Amino acid sequence: MIEIKHLYKTFEDGKTVLKDINFTFEDGKTNLIIGQSGSGKTVLMKNLVGLFDPTRGEILYDGRDFVKMTKQERVMLRREMGMIFQSAALFDSMTVLENVMFPLDMFSDMNEADRIKRAKFCLDRVNLKGAEQKMPGEISGGMQKRVAIARAIALNPKYLYCDEPNSGLDPKTSLVIDELIHSITQEYNMTTIMNTHDMNSVMGIGEHILYIHEGTVGWTGTKDEIMTSTNEKLNSFIFASDLFRKVKEANRE
Amino acid sequence: MFAIKYILKFIAAFGKYLDLMGRTFSVPERMRMFMKQYVKEMSQLGVDSIGIVLLISFFIGAVICIQIKLNIQSPWMPNFTTGYTTREIMVLEFSSSIMCLILAGKVGSNIASEIGTMRVTQQIDALEIMGVNSASFLILPKVLGLMTMIPFLVIFSIVSGFLGAYATAYAGIITPDDLTVGLLHSFVPWFVWMSIIKSVAFAFIIASVSSYYGYNVTGGSFDVGKASTNAVVSSSMLILFADIFLTQLLS
Repeated sequence: MIEIKHLYKTFEDGKTVLKDINFTFEDGKTNLIIGQSGSGKTVLMKNLVGLFDPTRGEILYDGRDFVKMTKQERVMLRREMGMIFQSAALFDSMTVLENVMFPLDMFSDMNEADRIKRAKFCLDRVNLKGAEQKMPGEISGGMQKRVAIARAIALNPKYLYCDEPNSGLDPKTSLVIDELIHSITQEYNMTTIMNTHDMNSVMGIGEHILYIHEGTVGWTGTKDEIMTSTNEKLNSFIFASDLFRKVKEANRE
Repeated sequence: MFAIKYILKFIAAFGKYLDLMGRTFSVPERMRMFMKQYVKEMSQLGVDSIGIVLLISFFIGAVICIQIKLNIQSPWMPNFTTGYTTREIMVLEFSSSIMCLILAGKVGSNIASEIGTMRVTQQIDALEIMGVNSASFLILPKVLGLMTMIPFLVIFSIVSGFLGAYATAYAGIITPDDLTVGLLHSFVPWFVWMSIIKSVAFAFIIASVSSYYGYNVTGGSFDVGKASTNAVVSSSMLILFADIFLTQLLS
């Protein structure tokens, strides 16, 4: 379980991006962080994985405060994390197979044959059989995201972080990526935390949702509660889309 | 006021550089992966530079020989002067310092842009989140790879420069025999070692300074280009400064 308590983040220029965030990400579920661009979603995620240090507050991984951990403890915890970046962040000097094998090469004690077998299994799991020897530059954006998922799950992580994985993808591919992330979360009983402002993702896989509004907790709940929420800030974000406004009206009728 | 601000900025950057080097020079997490990267960097930074080193050294050796013969050599000087001077210039300065200045342009910009692009495309963040010491994984093989290969490049440069000088000799500028006598006259083997030692220090400067600029890129492709330019300028300046101290120290 990941708990955030009274989390603040102020940058060197004096701008406070996160203000008193309190939230618990539930184990074995697809947790979503939603909010407008610039609301602080990515900053929150970077705090969770340790790319930024919070100004104040606690991030508790099963009761252990990530902020107070030693460098070595952080490194050990990070080996339980997998992350899918907005840009996929594949190593462009390596083939698809080498990218997926990389965490295994670095941290597993398997022999080479087993590492290759595991990497191929992960690629197969994300439906990328046959693309092993291609370079990241030779495959589409959707395929790159799938390679990133395969790489993230190679070491069987406990926590999976996804920073706007649908960014730049068409709606159909976005749906495939969402479903893949959700099914992998259930299959491996991972705690997944996903940043998004894509309402299709929210309505599709949002089991536990945190809505960030101007750096504060705007609303929390599930995808089923969103449609009936009376929270004005949340409604102004969600129903900015004409499609979802019509869905809500149809639901009322 | 401006000077103080500049000095403080320099001290802060130097502190950041030392911190990065502290992280870089740590025991690799996986020796197998380190060796793979190390061999790759030796090939990319060293072997791939052999062509340009041979080409430039050949022509510089030839031009030095012609210039000395036409502008310095006189009937009052012994016939070996041209060969002797060509050797001293090639061994003492060109094959170490000037060749490293050239490599600062080629290798330095390559390192800064490669690491800088990895930074802006979040590949370095990906390494960090996996629990990899990104500084050690990316920078250490480059620094050690270039430091390993540079003595070979120095030797190749010296030999290529001599071949260039011989090419002018066979073109009739100077007799090959006079050139041979000059090249062998009062030869001090220590000068070759001095050249190699200096070049190893310069290789460290090129690889570490360029990595520092690349690693600390913030922004996008424009900033990667800027970092690449800064890496070349700073490495070149530092090589020139270090050359003065090392020459004094080793002579």
